[in-house]
Amino acid sequence: MTGEIVFNDVSKFYGDVLGVNRVNLAIPQGITSLVGPNGSGKTTLMNLMTGLIQPTRGSIDVCGIRPDEPEKLFQVAGYCTQFDSFPKGLTGYQFIYSYLRLFGMTHADADRRTVAALERVNMAEAAPRKIAGYSKGMRQRIKLAQAIAHDPQILVLDEPLNGLDPLVRAETIALFRSYAREGRHVIVSTHILHEVDMISDQVILLNGGYILAEGQIKAVRDEIQEHPMQILIRCSRPQSLAAKLFESDYVVEARLHSDGAGLLVKTRTPERFYLALNTIALNGINIETVAPADDDANSVYEYLIGGEEPTR
Amino acid sequence: MNGNWKLWRAQIAAIMRLEIRKSFLNRRGVVIYLLALMPVIIWVLHIFVMRARGRQCNFAEDTHMFAMIFQFFFVRLFIFFGCVAVFMNLFRGEVLQKSLHYYFLAPVRREVLLAGKFFAGLLAAVTIFGASVLLQIAALLGHFDSTTVSQYLYQSGGFGHIIGYLGVTLFACLGYGSVFLAMGMFFRNPLIPAAVVLIWEGISSILPATLQKITIIHYLQSLAPVPADPPKGAIPLQILVFVSDRTPAPVAALGLCVLTAAVLVVAAWRVRRMQIDYAAE
Repeated sequence: MTGEIVFNDVSKFYGDVLGVNRVNLAIPQGITSLVGPNGSGKTTLMNLMTGLIQPTRGSIDVCGIRPDEPEKLFQVAGYCTQFDSFPKGLTGYQFIYSYLRLFGMTHADADRRTVAALERVNMAEAAPRKIAGYSKGMRQRIKLAQAIAHDPQILVLDEPLNGLDPLVRAETIALFRSYAREGRHVIVSTHILHEVDMISDQVILLNGGYILAEGQIKAVRDEIQEHPMQILIRCSRPQSLAAKLFESDYVVEARLHSDGAGLLVKTRTPERFYLALNTIALNGINIETVAPADDDANSVYEYLIGGEEPTR
Repeated sequence: MNGNWKLWRAQIAAIMRLEIRKSFLNRRGVVIYLLALMPVIIWVLHIFVMRARGRQCNFAEDTHMFAMIFQFFFVRLFIFFGCVAVFMNLFRGEVLQKSLHYYFLAPVRREVLLAGKFFAGLLAAVTIFGASVLLQIAALLGHFDSTTVSQYLYQSGGFGHIIGYLGVTLFACLGYGSVFLAMGMFFRNPLIPAAVVLIWEGISSILPATLQKITIIHYLQSLAPVPADPPKGAIPLQILVFVSDRTPAPVAALGLCVLTAAVLVVAAWRVRRMQIDYAAE
């Protein structure tokens, strides 16, 4: 599905409490991670784009569809919410099947899609059991199955990896990646920063209801001017390299890596630094690798949000 | 447009399948079944007491008593509270269980969702209370000889009365059902407005004729096939079942349909704007 999910000056207040304020966003295809501490507005953004709540101000356009038109929106969108509650008395199969029947599907079609969705999240065996008897991980997977059962082009997932074991986590991430490769929108909120690096094409950082940054992680990092870029250099003689680097004026700080086999350099002008490094390498210091050390989600999060740290 | 109707019918059927399971099989259902059985129990006890005292029941008296029990207890109390239990929880119950969002995440127009839930509640209420009416009539007729019963059914308009009682039951479920469905959407604690409606309906007989016409019970009493005429001296009953100015049956039926439609339109407006905010509950 082409198009973007566009937030146009959107604010949401719950009475006097701020949900999100003056959000202007355009979310393209691919995997977009919403990152921020508890109460930062991640779930509010997701609920707004799926019409579960309505903006106090502003407008939202989900690939040409208004969120207050569920009859159109959920033909193309699926939402795995954070609510850990289910209609009473249903088995996993009945939960997915009855949801698909709401689309107006025939029994045969709903049954086929239900079986496929359950298999996709490895829940086929547990499907005949009541959801009330499921573990947290199983409940998470059945919610995921419900969100993907109708093969949506836009998938919104609120903390979808919570409670999943490592194997299922990996499979679920692979599923998201395959959706992204097919040109779908996958919007994920997460607390776990190393997963953000692993799965995201772009991130949206939120804090206190405001968007702090959006875009690809590297681009976001590049825009954070007040924190010098950290670069890790693996080399044979780090002390000599440090001495040479301090001769230039574009290194702010250089310190030996804790394992003694590398140098951690801070620079405000990475382009000039890389050029200088080429010259140094030609002068006898054997440089094995050069890699940015703080253009990951974790560092970006720490620079922009700081103290309130999510799970790493 | 035809395609839309076909889709909406399929969606309403899917919603009804889910809701009917809840209405008939959940714990609230026990209360509704008990309410529906109460008048049947009253009749069974009546027969038992009369037989224990060695007295013969009088058919005319019993059919008259049936009309009073139907109007005073069955419609005013049992169907009323049954509809509170069934309809008020169609949306409110799901909000408390935090499961309403699953419906909101389906490609279903909110108005279609409302219709599906209302029809499911109506089907459940009419089935349960309609069955209760039939059981009450069976209990009433069961202890008379077949000649008296067939004379009543075929020559004294008995079948018409039965259809009339079933009709009043249907209209009561329609009217009260729509009102309580809407209350469950507008109020966080809908039992308070339900109590207000109960009092309003309860005092309808002592209201001026114009005000009586904005009660549901007025139209239901106007539709009742046998007017309730309490024995002289039974003042509370006389007050409660007194209808100052009966509305003609077709007008009463139409009035209840219009009321139901109007309340459902308001409910549809509300459901279109409903938001999922379980944290506020």
